[in-house]
Amino acid sequence: MSAQNRVSNQTKVITGNAAAAYGAMLCRPDVVAAYPITPQSELIEQLAQFHADGILDCEYVTVEGENSAQNVVCGASMAGGRTFTATSSYGLVYMYDAMFNTAGYRAPVVMINVNREPPGIHAVCSGQQDMISVRDTGWVQLIAETCQEILDLTIQAFRLAEDYSIQLPVIINYDGYYLSFLAESVNIPAIEDVDKYLSVLKSQPKRPTLIPGEAIGCGSHGIGMGYVELRRKHMAAMDRVMPIVDVIDEEFGQAFGRRYGGQIETYRTEDADIVLVTSGSAVGTARTVIDAKREEGMKVGLVKLRLYRPFPVLRLSDALKGKKAIGVLDRSICFGWGCGPLYMETKAISSNIGHVPMLSFIDGLANMDITKEHIGQMIDTIFKASQGDSYQEVTWLP
Amino acid sequence: MAVTEKKECCIFETEASWSYANSHLLCLKTGEWRTERPVVNREICNSCGICFTYCPPQCMVDDGDYYKANLEFCKGCGICAKECPKGAITMRSEGDYANECPK
Repeated sequence: MSAQNRVSNQTKVITGNAAAAYGAMLCRPDVVAAYPITPQSELIEQLAQFHADGILDCEYVTVEGENSAQNVVCGASMAGGRTFTATSSYGLVYMYDAMFNTAGYRAPVVMINVNREPPGIHAVCSGQQDMISVRDTGWVQLIAETCQEILDLTIQAFRLAEDYSIQLPVIINYDGYYLSFLAESVNIPAIEDVDKYLSVLKSQPKRPTLIPGEAIGCGSHGIGMGYVELRRKHMAAMDRVMPIVDVIDEEFGQAFGRRYGGQIETYRTEDADIVLVTSGSAVGTARTVIDAKREEGMKVGLVKLRLYRPFPVLRLSDALKGKKAIGVLDRSICFGWGCGPLYMETKAISSNIGHVPMLSFIDGLANMDITKEHIGQMIDTIFKASQGDSYQEVTWLP
Repeated sequence: MAVTEKKECCIFETEASWSYANSHLLCLKTGEWRTERPVVNREICNSCGICFTYCPPQCMVDDGDYYKANLEFCKGCGICAKECPKGAITMRSEGDYANECPK
């Protein structure tokens, strides 16, 4: 039995952080570089343990900060390695400049970001503001809902990032505290099955890499048309991400029996009059409330946003078209528009879906629990708006 | 190696800005930035190659017996003129060449 299979090919109760570590380990990264930060620390401790135990055969670079971590994985990725890093909040913004480099060099780094409120008001608490703040760095961003999805999405992220038609770095986000330290039953697949799932990458052409002894470079001469060309290519690759996320989800379903809906997951939306859109760990609570409201006869559905960058415009438009009112629950805020950022983006597709009442709900900042009562209140408010009652566009809960 | 859907005029063959130093590392015609150009006086020049060594973007080129600037890339910084021990290189205003056919 291989060292990896002593710890994989089994179902175990593990935390979200451990699930991410298992997911990364199963993909056999060549280089891991990360710096510990609450609530991510347990993840990289687990990876270090795998490395110490001979389960993870990689270069494990213990850097002095996140900026170095990002630069190490970026360079290693440009040299052709499979690379992984993880961070959160302050750490994410500390590597902000390096993230632009990684994306600009089209280095397919995979990174976990455990969502936590960012600097400013020192909150060691959950919130999605950190991921919103790196929206335009050129990284693909996905959001997980459960510990199992964290593991599965980590594996899928390598498949997506390294795809020859994509060549982009990918972030997987999950709610700090709620998911990072929540222990759930998680199926850890056999490493051979993960190898098989990722083997399609080996059949693709090789991306260009740095070669020792050869005078080859990347990333300079970004002036004038060279820059414009690279930005256009980057944007075209982002557009290709949307359909391929659906394809990869289906491939994963065939290999491991778990499907998540690709860019978005729709729950009881088909005959729904009103829909709530949200992401991350709040989706589980929302599903329970939707079921209860359905029992009462209210035609309500739920959309779980899994892909944040690029924004799943077409899939989301299809899911929301013809609804009588739409609500969006955010765990962060958007200055200037005075609402939640996911709400702002959803509102931007209103020309695709028709002009109906749209409501922004801000909840779950800094570990304030998004309770069943809160979501019940949101749904009741969306329902009243759909009936023609006057409504307030933005509501802060609690 | 780039994933382009339609035939586009590309500077880079790859998705990112990969290039080889011995072929097309210079993608910009930086010569367009120049206001002065180095002119080598062949009566004084003894082909020592010091200008070649000092030129920051390596655009002093061996022209057989002498060295001359590759004007496609020479920005006219004047380091070659400054370093030439014989004083064989003078910087001349581009205005003097305004009536020449551009290459």
